[in-house]
Amino acid sequence: MTELSRIWRETEYRYNLIGFKCKNCGNSYFPPRDICPTCHRESIGKMEKVKFSGNGEVLSYTIVHDAPPSFKRQVPYVLALIKLVEGPVITAQIVDCAPEDVDIGTKVHTVFRKIRQDGESGIIEYGYKFVIDS
Amino acid sequence: MLCIRNSEKCLLWVRVLSNEVYIIGAGETKFGELWNKSLRNLAVEAGLKAIEDAGIYSRDVDAIYGANSLAGVINQQENIGALIADFSGLSADGIPSLRIESSTASGGAALRDAYLSIKSGEYDVVVVGGVEKMTDIHGNDILEKSSSILDREWEAFFGATPAAMAALIARKYMHDFNVEKEALSMFSVNDHLNGSKNPDAQFRNKLTIQQAMNATAVADPLNMMDCSPLSDGAAALVLASESYTKKNNREGIRILSSAVAEDYLAVGSRKSIYTLNSTKLAVEKAFRKAQIKRSDISFMEVHDSFSIYGLLELEDLGFAEKGKAKDLVYDEIKLDGSIPVNPSGGLKAKGDPYGAVGVGQAVDAYKQLMGKAGDNQIKDAGYALIHNMAGTGSSSVIHILGE
Ligand SMILES: [Zn+2]
Repeated sequence: MTELSRIWRETEYRYNLIGFKCKNCGNSYFPPRDICPTCHRESIGKMEKVKFSGNGEVLSYTIVHDAPPSFKRQVPYVLALIKLVEGPVITAQIVDCAPEDVDIGTKVHTVFRKIRQDGESGIIEYGYKFVIDS
Repeated sequence: MLCIRNSEKCLLWVRVLSNEVYIIGAGETKFGELWNKSLRNLAVEAGLKAIEDAGIYSRDVDAIYGANSLAGVINQQENIGALIADFSGLSADGIPSLRIESSTASGGAALRDAYLSIKSGEYDVVVVGGVEKMTDIHGNDILEKSSSILDREWEAFFGATPAAMAALIARKYMHDFNVEKEALSMFSVNDHLNGSKNPDAQFRNKLTIQQAMNATAVADPLNMMDCSPLSDGAAALVLASESYTKKNNREGIRILSSAVAEDYLAVGSRKSIYTLNSTKLAVEKAFRKAQIKRSDISFMEVHDSFSIYGLLELEDLGFAEKGKAKDLVYDEIKLDGSIPVNPSGGLKAKGDPYGAVGVGQAVDAYKQLMGKAGDNQIKDAGYALIHNMAGTGSSSVIHILGE
């Protein structure tokens, strides 16, 4: 189901937590986008790649019990909205902890992990997850 | 267009010259797990009921707008416009038939496009249909498919499901406004109470607050009773121009206004994760165009695919301040409350056939306003607001109906 080219296309951003910064207004964005939603056409040609620190805090979280087949073996897992110190909010899992250890405001940072295994093709996909700061 | 300076007179002129749009017929299938019915069976059944209700013939139909969200990924069937026209027996007549897709707001979007097509003067009679066949798939595979209403690459890829995104919103909302889980569960209790009296509803059992609170966890803090079911179902409406309605002596319900607005696709991109900005923007437009007040609304059908959305919608539609919907969910939203919500049973009890939801809401509102809602009839129902939402709030379509 998942085509290799589709995974490969986003690899750079998913592996390295690379987003975009608008040189017109200074706002940072993740996931990557070609146009700044604040500056519109003023941002054309002014969006530059930026690597984020990977540090942030939990804006909200949930414990997922009912998951699609490609995530079934990870259930239950903690999924969170993480506010990066640079501003963008991203959706990712928090791992290597008990769900009780996660709370709104918990400080976290990224780690590179296996995300999922596609049931039909067997392809393993990688990207960022988060762990609690020690 | 005839006067520019005197705005009051101008309004009158516009009213006289403009082409009002009426719903003159409505029909729907039962919602639920309908294993013996296919996508096309459902679409045709609802369409025929609406046409019969309207008392028109297929030769009167100028166009069809068919709403569907996921047939491509669930049923491996695209080209839904042609499918609907063909199996309604209308292909040989060449009647235009388009599929409208706007995720779970496809139904509202199709209604709006049909409305605009008559408003523009192009058509006189248009059939709006919505259909979804969600149970043709086994086990949890549906979660893979239904998650395509999210941002696939940046939400679903990392393990998000529609329920998980709603849960993220719920957690933060409950935290910031000190809202207990019970308030969310009350929304489902109200849906089930109303659904118990709707013969087309998927679930007709009443739900106690204990049952709603203690159901199996899906995505904490949301449990199974906070989540709408997966449903098969179809709904259809016949829309007609003012001139057609009058010339042919039809009874109908006027569409006072139609509005739509967008928000970011991914929840994380939004300024406030518990503010449905698309809903806020659309409802302002809808009231402005309808020229009525919130206090004129007799009841609402809102898109509560997850209980948390029901609370957010009460707030973002302007019926409660942010964080205060909890004050409405115990009594005010009941059938005899100050602002009845989801007399049909809502998405939780009536069912959630994605692309058909918005059309189904309009079918229910039409029945209420015509005084044909049976056991759920709201006394003296004058104006209805229907709110249909895509994904986690990426689009909202609002219609105000009445008279
Ligand atoms: Zn900018």
